[in-house]
Amino acid sequence: MGSNDLPLTQHLNSEYRWGFTTDIEQEVVPAGLNEDVIRLISAKKQEPEFMLEWRLNAYRHWLTLEEPKWASVHYPPIDYQAIHYYAAPKQAKRPKSLDEVDPKLLATYEKLGIPLAERAALAGVAVDAVFDSVSVATTFKDRLEKLGIIFCSFSEAVRKHPDLVRQYLGSVVPYTDNYFAALNSAVFSDGSFVYVPKGVRCPMELSTYFRINARNTGQFERTLIIADEGAYVSYLEGCTAPSRDENQLHAAVVELIALKDAHIKYSTVQNWYPGDAEGRGGIYNFVTKRGECRGERSRISWTQVETGSAITWKYPSCILRGDDSVGEFYSVALTNNRQQADTGTKMIHIGRRTRSTIVAKGISAGRGRNAYRGLVRILDKAEGARNHTQCDSLLMGPNCAAHTFPYIEVKNPTAQVEHEATTSRVSEDQLFYLRSRGLTEEDAVNMIVNGFCKAVFRELPMEFAVEAQKLLSVSLEGAVG
Amino acid sequence: MLEIRDLHVSIGDKPILKGISLTILPGEVHAIMGPNGSGKSTLAQVLAGREGYTVTAGAVTWQGQDLLAMAPEERAWAGLFLGFQYPLEIPGVANVQLLKEAVNSQRRRKGLPELDAFDFLERVKASLKLLEMDEAMLYRGVNEGFSGGEKKRNEILQMLMLEPRLAILDETDSGLDIDALKIVARGVNALRGPERAILLVTHYQRLLEHITPDHVHVLADGRIVASGGRELALELEAKGYGWLTAEAGQEARP
Repeated sequence: MGSNDLPLTQHLNSEYRWGFTTDIEQEVVPAGLNEDVIRLISAKKQEPEFMLEWRLNAYRHWLTLEEPKWASVHYPPIDYQAIHYYAAPKQAKRPKSLDEVDPKLLATYEKLGIPLAERAALAGVAVDAVFDSVSVATTFKDRLEKLGIIFCSFSEAVRKHPDLVRQYLGSVVPYTDNYFAALNSAVFSDGSFVYVPKGVRCPMELSTYFRINARNTGQFERTLIIADEGAYVSYLEGCTAPSRDENQLHAAVVELIALKDAHIKYSTVQNWYPGDAEGRGGIYNFVTKRGECRGERSRISWTQVETGSAITWKYPSCILRGDDSVGEFYSVALTNNRQQADTGTKMIHIGRRTRSTIVAKGISAGRGRNAYRGLVRILDKAEGARNHTQCDSLLMGPNCAAHTFPYIEVKNPTAQVEHEATTSRVSEDQLFYLRSRGLTEEDAVNMIVNGFCKAVFRELPMEFAVEAQKLLSVSLEGAVG
Repeated sequence: MLEIRDLHVSIGDKPILKGISLTILPGEVHAIMGPNGSGKSTLAQVLAGREGYTVTAGAVTWQGQDLLAMAPEERAWAGLFLGFQYPLEIPGVANVQLLKEAVNSQRRRKGLPELDAFDFLERVKASLKLLEMDEAMLYRGVNEGFSGGEKKRNEILQMLMLEPRLAILDETDSGLDIDALKIVARGVNALRGPERAILLVTHYQRLLEHITPDHVHVLADGRIVASGGRELALELEAKGYGWLTAEAGQEARP
């Protein structure tokens, strides 16, 4: 293809690079955004009136906003009128079997240890060609339904559970929140919806199903998770396999709501296409993720391992409204080659005795630029609130960069806020030490990096943690030496 | 087993080793002594494959192979071990994790099956006992927050687990109190055998009271200025290094 340095519009319109055919019927709406396009999206999805109203309000608000520029990332201007906001079904442009998939991609799956049965689905082979995946998903769904757990696509939730959607949508991230959230609210394509009823503990990680079925939800994904009183759910987003996508801009919104005594654990492993070694191509991941601990003693934990995307710009946050509620953020962000990351979290302490923990690990290699940006805000009513922040950077090689921008605002004198930060390098001496014990240079680097990330990995569900470790080693291949 | 012939080594333009020749046979224990700055540690590092040194002349043969052409990990696979003077900290990596990975990476190269968790723990516990180390040390980060003495003992633990053909111990005795010194010596003596050799690099002869060397060499200003048996070390203890370096026509160093 070789046209990666051309403007964004070309990426958006370009053929999928592995030469997939387009013989399946596709509905195309012309590029560009206006109220008619939004009406069309809503109509195609057979949405109720309130949903269309909401989208239109979001769009009208978006028109009044300017794209933010404050992040420590650089990219050419985005032409929002060149994006196709509706293209369905996304069944088009898919390989018919693994034989048609780029062998390099398959080799990476192999290295990551992705089960054979899942590789086809991940590579985007049409679902009907992937035996069993649909029936597996259906089995999960039945089990969940018996417990009263709703786990479905966002579109389905809008149709089948409009009251829940209406009650909670935008209640954590209103469309007025920021430029990209407003855009998402106007045009979101699809996503996931989870509702766990009172006192129910979701018996499985909501992951396998997601991996196989929620692919191609598009570039404007919308996720809403509600844990009712005393409920628990662990949700895994993404997967370690490198996801290729012809859409360069991804502006998703994720909202979490934890009611009294509820606990939501949200884990992300993100490995979108980072662009090539020269920084051409790659995904812009501009996502708004926020959870609200609405009830007393509720708890929200974000854990993320970010190795992909050309630019990662996101701050999974917690609003700690309920008294004694707890917010946690554990993050590993890796930038190699010319990748850029400006990521971190916001912890907003409103309730009394609210507690938050932030552990952020940034790894920079090649010409990667990695910035941690975090806000801890303690409001005046938050008696006895506590925060502990640990923010560490690991540098590999002379050309990478790491920055830390911590913001702390405390309006209650009883609060305790701690911030620790370190920057270290993978030293020649450490590498020599491990190699003299018989580890190859690559294994030595992996061991040092995994040790550095341990505090985050142990927060991930077991299987995910193993995959995340492998992912880091694949992402750092050739970073040293 | 190990043959060093006329080895010259520089750091940048500065010559450090100026023609070292040394032959080590299986079963032997050699001690290299010498004042600070004589090149002892450089020799140990070059043998283990540390980058940053330039070999300007000479050769090193290890079991018939060109040692200097091998990467550090290849030297380890071939049975070479360096006990570091200043062991490195690897934060977040449990000691047991490194031990296991090190043992198994070497076993893999030898075509041996990896040790399972049970066999591994059995072996490591026996070594811990010998070195009077607490089992909790296994689960702490590699050398993370270890005292100087703990770090040195940890080196000996790694050595015992890896069972090298040649162990080079670089100032393993420095910073140890007498009790710790005896424990470390016990570990080293446990490794001695007809198939193995040990090269002790030390400034003081007190380690040699507990590990009896077959050969003692004195290094001064990058050259071996004297070789002898155990008695040479005692003589050094009595007279200091000055007489030897002077005798060899070298400028005496502190």
